[in-house]
This record gives sequence, structure tokens and C-alpha cells, in this order.
Amino acid sequence: MKLNRFFKIIFLSEFIKGIFIAIKEIFSKKKTINYPFEKGKISPRFRGEHALRRYPNGEERCIACKLCEAVCPAQAITIENEERSDGSRKTTRYDIDMLKCIYCGLCEESCPVDAIVQGPNFEFSTETREELYYNKEKLLENGDRWESVLAENIKLDKPYR
Amino acid sequence: METFLQIYNETYKILLLLVPILVSVALIVWFDRRVWGFVQKRKGPNVVGPFGLFQTLADALKYIFKEIIIPASANKIVFILAPIITMTLALSAWAVIPLSNKMVIADINVGILYIFAISSLSVYGIIMGGWASNSKYPFLGAIRSAAQMVSYEVSIGIIIINVLLCVGSLNLKDIVMAQQNLWFVVPLFPMFIVFFISALAETNRPPFDLPEAEAELVAGYQTEYSGMMYAMFWLGEYANILLLCALGSILFLGGWLSPVDIYPLNAIPGIFWMIFKILILFFMFALIKAIVPRYRYDQLMRLGWKIFLPFSLIYVVLTASFLVYFDLLPK
Repeated sequence: MKLNRFFKIIFLSEFIKGIFIAIKEIFSKKKTINYPFEKGKISPRFRGEHALRRYPNGEERCIACKLCEAVCPAQAITIENEERSDGSRKTTRYDIDMLKCIYCGLCEESCPVDAIVQGPNFEFSTETREELYYNKEKLLENGDRWESVLAENIKLDKPYR
Repeated sequence: METFLQIYNETYKILLLLVPILVSVALIVWFDRRVWGFVQKRKGPNVVGPFGLFQTLADALKYIFKEIIIPASANKIVFILAPIITMTLALSAWAVIPLSNKMVIADINVGILYIFAISSLSVYGIIMGGWASNSKYPFLGAIRSAAQMVSYEVSIGIIIINVLLCVGSLNLKDIVMAQQNLWFVVPLFPMFIVFFISALAETNRPPFDLPEAEAELVAGYQTEYSGMMYAMFWLGEYANILLLCALGSILFLGGWLSPVDIYPLNAIPGIFWMIFKILILFFMFALIKAIVPRYRYDQLMRLGWKIFLPFSLIYVVLTASFLVYFDLLPK
């Protein structure tokens, strides 16, 4: 046994084996994704940038139940509401402090009408803090921009809810 | 007028060597990172220029525009001198390296001793850098580096004696020409391996990169350096690596000679063979960097003093007795 080890050390057999493995790996397929040009696959459950969705007729989904505000563990959401002229309850203010948000997804889960959702977008870094205090307009705009993807993701995730 | 012309000629020759060396250092850094990445299933630098070839150029530009910070408690003169010495020594050793039959700046009779002297001196750059920084990590890194380079230089020296016994001359051209029939890598194969491993230790390459072991010493003797001064250390280091690759191919792999002296192979100019051999050796350097974990310091010293030194001494005795017994000593 000892002699075996001695010969292994003298003839550097493990190093030579390692070199051959390394040479084999050189020709193997690379795992790197050239990030800004190619992107990795994202699960439909991915919890990225928030968005407020609308009904197909353009009406906001949010009914100002404030469940998301209550459930938010980081208390990042602020909602104010008012009764509209047609008698429905709608938000006048829906702010999310994206710096406080911990992206736990509880707001999305608590929402009874699928209004607040977290989309697949994770590339929303900004140069100032102020830009990350999202208000209702910004969130609705996000919703309009990502609507097709969001609807698809919700449909895919439905059986597991 | 005569002297002026001579100075002009010499400067011209030196620039003709130095500029390609600096360019190839840049390329070799790219190659190193690329191989390292490929072994780890990454792509390595591939964005700047074709295949990322200009990555080093971009890095160098970044270093040039960075601020050079000199610590308040540092010894200013020595601190600034250290990277300059490292780079100057690494480049000046190239003067005697014959790239082909005619391409050598100084064809001196003690070429190998000159290289050896210069590479011994290069430890000063590191010690000065580590000491002048007046900070603990650089100091520890410099001590380690000095001890490591000195101990491996001893075994490299004895390995070179092996080769010199077979050649009978200290001139690097003669060493290459002596290998016309048989490269020294064949009869002296164990010495080639020991030389290669000692070269890794000599140039502070992984697995012997203890002076800059980032897990323990931040960046070793380079910790306090920034900007162009850091880049000069780094250039010097890679120029040194290239130098040892060139030395390895001259001593063992037949320098600019083609592997077999037959028509299509010996028609290729010698310099291509030389570059090819240097590249092969450097490729091995890069592979070893990718596959081997770092040695512990006591293991490193044990390997140097207790294994390589006695082993190469025994081999000197063997080579000498073989040459004497079969009457093969060079005349």
C-alpha cells in the first residue's frame, strides 16, 4: 500500500490524470451565458419587478382591499383609497418602496383579484434612490408593458395555487 | 558619429525585442485567463475585440488612468522603485535569449549565468515592494516570496548543471546546437519535470502562489500597490513566466530546432518553432494553474529542500558518471 502511494507520488500520476481531465474539459461545452446578449430561463413564478394589472377593458383590477399592505413584512406598500363616482372603491395612491421590498411575493399571493403581481423583469436598477420609490402610475405602466407575459405566467401557475 | 550610429543601432535592436515581448505578454495574459476559464467550463474574456484578444489592452488602459496611491507611512523612494526594478529585471534577462539562429541581442559566452543572476535579483523587487509598503500583509508576502524563490533557485541551478554537463558551454546558442541530434528532454526527462515545477515556484505561479495567496495575505506584496505600479509588477511577473518558458525550451526542448531534421519541418523558420515551444510550455503553466490547489507553506519548503535538491544532486552525479564512463564528455 505504501509502495503504491510512493510510486503514485514519484510518477505524478494524479497530476497527469488531472491534466488529461483538464484537456477534456477544454473541449467540453461551456456553461457561460453571455448575459446582456443571452439570458437564462426564468420560472413563471419568478418574483421580479412589481406591476399593477388592468382588466381587458382598461379598468384597474385593484379594489383597494389593502391585504397586500397588511401582509407586507417589510411594510413597503402604502395605499390610500376613495369611493369613485360610480360607487366602486379604487386606490388614489399605491406606492411601493422598492428599496424596502424584500421580494417575498406575499403581496402577489394575498391579492384576491390578481392586481399586484411580480413580473419577470429584474433589470430595473437606477442611478438614484428616488427612482425606486414606485407610485401608481409607474406600477400601472409596468402592468401594461408586461401584461402578455404576466397573464401567461399566471395561467401557467394556476394549477398549483 | 560612429558611437551615435552604434547607439541608434542597439536601441533599434532592443526596441525590436522589447515591443514584441510586451505585446506577447499582453496576449499571454489573455491566453492564460482563457485556458483557465475553458478548463472550468467558462468562456473567459471574450468581449473586447475578436475572441477578447484586446482584454489585456483594456485592462492596461484602466490601470494607466487609475490613481497611484502611495501609503502615508510607506518609504516613498523604495516603494516606487520596487515595481520598476521588477519589470526592468524581467525584461533585461531577455537580452541573451536566442529566439533563432541569428535573433539574439547579446550573444555572450555566459548567457545562462547572466539569466540566472538576473532572475536571482528579481527577488529584490518583491522584497522592496513588501518592505516599503510598511504594512503587514505585503511584508509577510514578501518574506514568503523571498524564501520560496531563493530555495527553488538552488534546485534550478543544479538542474542547469545537468544540462551544462552535456553541453560543455554556457552560451545559450551552443546549448541549443548541442541538441541537434537529441533533445535533452529525452535523457534528462526527470530533470525537465523538476525544472518545470521549480519554474512554477520561481515565478510564483499556482500551485506555489503563496506570496499572493489571496485567502491569507490579501494580495501579498502587491496589496498596497495600485494603478500603473501594480500593472508593472504584473507585467514583470508575466515577462518572467515567459522567460522561464523560453529557458525551458532552450535547455530541454531544443530551442529553435525542429523536432526532426527532415524537409518540410526544417524549412519553417526557427523563430516559429521557438514560439511554438514557449506556447506549449505556457499552456502547461496555465493548465496547472487551473487544476492544482495551492500548497501549504511547509509543504512547499519540504518539496524544495528535501526532495528536489537531493534528487537533482543525485541526478548530477548520475549524469556525470554516465558521461565519463561512456566517454561522451563534450570536448
